[in-house]
Amino acid sequence: MIRALPVLLALALSLPVSGRAEEVVMGLSRDSVAITTDFNGSEVLIFGAVKREAAIQADPPLRVIVTVAGPVAPVAVWRKERRFGIWVNTDSVEIDAAPSFYAVASSAPWDESISEVEDLRHKVSIERAIRSVGAPMTITDSQSFTDALIRLREGNDLYETFYDSVEFRESTLFDVAIRMPASIVEGTYTTRVFLTRGGKVVSQHASTLEVRKVGLERWLFNLSRNQPALYGLLSIVIAIAAGWGASAAFRALKSG
Amino acid sequence: MQVYLPIAEVSVNILLLFGLGGLVGILSGMFGVGGGFLITPLLFFMGIPPAVAVATGANQIVASSVSGVLAHLKRRTVDLRMGTVLLTGGIAGAAIGVWVFNLLKGMGQVDLLVRLCYVVFLGIIGGLMFFESLSALRRSKRGGPPRRRHHGRLHGLPFKMRFRTSGLYISAIPPALVGLCVGVLSAIMGVGGGFIMVPAMIYLLGMPTKVVVGTSLFQIIFVTAFTTMAHAITSQTVDILLALVLLIGGVIGAQIGTALGTRLKAEQLRIALASLVLLVCGKLALDLFLTPSDLFELGAGG
Repeated sequence: MIRALPVLLALALSLPVSGRAEEVVMGLSRDSVAITTDFNGSEVLIFGAVKREAAIQADPPLRVIVTVAGPVAPVAVWRKERRFGIWVNTDSVEIDAAPSFYAVASSAPWDESISEVEDLRHKVSIERAIRSVGAPMTITDSQSFTDALIRLREGNDLYETFYDSVEFRESTLFDVAIRMPASIVEGTYTTRVFLTRGGKVVSQHASTLEVRKVGLERWLFNLSRNQPALYGLLSIVIAIAAGWGASAAFRALKSG
Repeated sequence: MQVYLPIAEVSVNILLLFGLGGLVGILSGMFGVGGGFLITPLLFFMGIPPAVAVATGANQIVASSVSGVLAHLKRRTVDLRMGTVLLTGGIAGAAIGVWVFNLLKGMGQVDLLVRLCYVVFLGIIGGLMFFESLSALRRSKRGGPPRRRHHGRLHGLPFKMRFRTSGLYISAIPPALVGLCVGVLSAIMGVGGGFIMVPAMIYLLGMPTKVVVGTSLFQIIFVTAFTTMAHAITSQTVDILLALVLLIGGVIGAQIGTALGTRLKAEQLRIALASLVLLVCGKLALDLFLTPSDLFELGAGG
């Protein structure tokens, strides 16, 4: 073992610079987001550094892309049409897998950051992160449904793109703050960071972030899902108690 | 101050919710209506998902009805027997309503159904109330409510029962049917249905006005409690936190409303309420008829 060490060391040093000479590491300002009663969105700071053993190669420049993806679920997208004067949901396309939240940030304009091929391979941009296998035969413009999903979620700040917003210093240190709105769902969120050079991914790193309801929120939500009958009874008992309590209290107020 | 609702999964301003509950409470105190028909559409406007708004609305009405019925029980203005017949029909109706609701939820049409129901019923009730109070205000001879054409036929039906408090001896079928219809609406619209039940009891069943409100409230408790249970079990859309905030506001508002109501003239009150109902109806109708800002909508995949 000890004899093998110098050999390994020599091997490592002789590796060509274009190999895995640059490696990205990442950290999060928090590893969990708690949804409490006063939850009103959250901000996560994603930061990291590039590990390298050789001098910085200046051209083509190094770029950083950061993504945060929420739990993936199927979504039905409905299109409205006017029927008898009113707007009715008519056609629907089932999108097989769409992240409930998706934010992508880059240190440079998008087309300088990553090539089309690499985007397709690593599913980095929002369009690529959504998987839609097939629309029903009757719908010819299934792309407009995917576009609608992106547009609607962008409107709710659930899908966000921040081009040219990652702070990248000396091609070594980077950081970006990603804001999550109050309407995010629970689950395991995946954060990924890609290091690219000339549109090609040279290194990547992934980490997870837990978003959980806590305290009262968690308890009520679990109760409503696991013991719906008990939850229903509880809500009725609270309502009856409140109604009875109110009338009793005001009667006491009037007589007293 | 924002509060995160665990079931609706949205964050809303708690003061706004209190205000909404309070406002509807004031109205219900002033006019003697449950207020469910206003609270549910106003929750839509606040961005609460319609399914949650409907289920939670039903829960909130349980509270306001309990509060109201206690006062009526003291005055002995509740026909328990009639109430029981009504609520038997009502619970059957609510079961049908919840079933239809979940069926359409799967088809992506529940929003439309709920909104359509609201537009139709708010339009009819608001319109009738408006014109009736207008003519009452003019002190012209009242054109009288539509008299019961079915009166003769009502007496020919079987299963006759004696309702002592109401002083009636009629078949149990019409009240059970009225209960059924209101039960369906209660489940679909998240309302108690008092605004339909009360005229139906007076004009269709011929019950004396003094027992109508108490009896209506009595049966509403059971029907909305059942609806709450059914929604909680089948679709898990009852938000306790939302209901709690609304009903605290509502209970306080109701007391203020009662005090205010005694100082205003009845006809003016009714016109004000009718205008409000028509306003909400108009807003909902516009959303149905005008081209939406986005032709697409997201639903749950499965």
